[in-house]
Amino acid sequence: MSKVASMRDAVAALIHDGDVVAIEGFTHLICFAAGHEIVRQRKRDLTLARLTPDLVYDQMVAAGVARKLVFSWLGNPGVGGLHAIRRRVENADPAPLELEEYSHFGMVGRYTAGASNLPFYPLRSYFESDLPKANPLIRPIRSPYGEETVYAVPPLKPDVTIVHAQRADAEGNTQMWGLLGCQKEAAFAADRVVVVVEELVDEAVVRADPNRTVIPGLIVDAVVVEPWGAHPSYVQGAYDRDNRFYLEWDAISRDAAATQAWLDEWVYGIAGRAEYVARLGVERTAELRPSRSAPSGSVDYGVYE
Amino acid sequence: MSEVEFSASEMMIVAAARELAGQRVCFVGVGLPNIAVNLARLTVAPELELVYESGAFGAKPARLPLSIGDPCIVTGATAVVPMVELFAYYLQGGLVDVGFLGAAQIDRFGNINSTVIGPYEHPKTRLPGSGGACEIAINARQVFVIMRQSKRSFVEKIDFRTSPGNLGGAESAVRARREEGWLGSGPSVVVTDMGIYHFDDSGQMRLDSIHSGVTLAAVRETMGWEPKVAEPLPVTPAPTSEELRLIREELDPDGAYTK
Repeated sequence: MSKVASMRDAVAALIHDGDVVAIEGFTHLICFAAGHEIVRQRKRDLTLARLTPDLVYDQMVAAGVARKLVFSWLGNPGVGGLHAIRRRVENADPAPLELEEYSHFGMVGRYTAGASNLPFYPLRSYFESDLPKANPLIRPIRSPYGEETVYAVPPLKPDVTIVHAQRADAEGNTQMWGLLGCQKEAAFAADRVVVVVEELVDEAVVRADPNRTVIPGLIVDAVVVEPWGAHPSYVQGAYDRDNRFYLEWDAISRDAAATQAWLDEWVYGIAGRAEYVARLGVERTAELRPSRSAPSGSVDYGVYE
Repeated sequence: MSEVEFSASEMMIVAAARELAGQRVCFVGVGLPNIAVNLARLTVAPELELVYESGAFGAKPARLPLSIGDPCIVTGATAVVPMVELFAYYLQGGLVDVGFLGAAQIDRFGNINSTVIGPYEHPKTRLPGSGGACEIAINARQVFVIMRQSKRSFVEKIDFRTSPGNLGGAESAVRARREEGWLGSGPSVVVTDMGIYHFDDSGQMRLDSIHSGVTLAAVRETMGWEPKVAEPLPVTPAPTSEELRLIREELDPDGAYTK
């Protein structure tokens, strides 16, 4: 059964005000296209979960869709701070933003517990750190097999997880390569899953390389085909991070009015990602292609009849 | 003797890279560690396996990664694994020799703050937070720190302990590590734009080398405590022309880290 949908329909049907939403992808494969559609549809009171909120959540927070952030590293990677989020945290401007903070391993463990239907994830972190004081959900537990103490974090089960990938078939069997972050864990932990892909492929393409399937269609609710949907982040083998924009955002986001003007021009003022890509222009997108291709060697799975 | 001129940042990066000689597996943090570790790989530590928390093991980046999740750390790497594996098997499993971190604030015992300036609930400045730093500080066999030194960063008391170092001194740190089963022995090196510090038997930072052109008075001016100083105090050897060439031509041609 085909689950292919437009971004507008997928977001309208699957994301509701008040939901816990995770747009995952660790620096790689960050689905800005979905974040922008959530802004355009003026969703409200979302709890946004992500290891690294990145520019996508800075933009969403600036647009007023979020009430709370669940995260482990809050910055513009390689550039500096996230200023729209900082305004809300430091000055409650224009409103407070609730924070629930972990470390990376803690967040990854939370998704893993959520995906495995377990009540917690144990890890050797947080000893002698102030993080458990800042977030009382990080708790010490005694091993049932000895005297050792480790820390536990609770499962994170998003209402909706959105992941971007290189390709999927119409049922949502999804293949990705390059940095895998914790998209698999975040997807299995979620109640609903939206997969956004650069390319829709035939089922036979997926079946020819099953080791590369990260998310099975079994848990996918919608497949959205949205080339360049991860811009200004990147897609391994397809396009590079648009670092110029990461630098520009630092200046834009320092100014609340400039931030709103940017949202007007690049989010509210356009219908969707195709228009966004057209506005970027072919010159800009051509610059972001890899300098050369580096195909993987192929492997032989064999046929067993 | 005429030498090529170099900046304080270049000296800091070169000094940090040299400290990695003989190390095998290094967990690379965001920012300055990224360039220092990549310089080490091209100079004193060709066998160094770079581990990025984004999931790349044995990375051989063809350019300086823009972030710790750059596509260039994937192409040509030994392995790319999900983050849960990276943290659980590689780091928590004890395979990381050196965790290389940056910091906004550090105290004399090497405890690190990268979370907030001011109180947590009402911060004056909200910083990025732990990322992987807290678990790196606990599970990497030893921790290297690279950061610029100032009265605001080298403080008597950090505002928030994101990543534990030697706690209140060596005795408490050794006890905690033993009783709590940490794999790591904690911080061993702090490299700044002014000098190189190691940790003495009491678990405190000791200035073991001062960079050329820096005075001890200037070092004291930029610290929130009276530093321990090795005697005699050697001057850090200046960057070689090859180290400078690698930084300027190959690793950071735009001067993002070295301006």
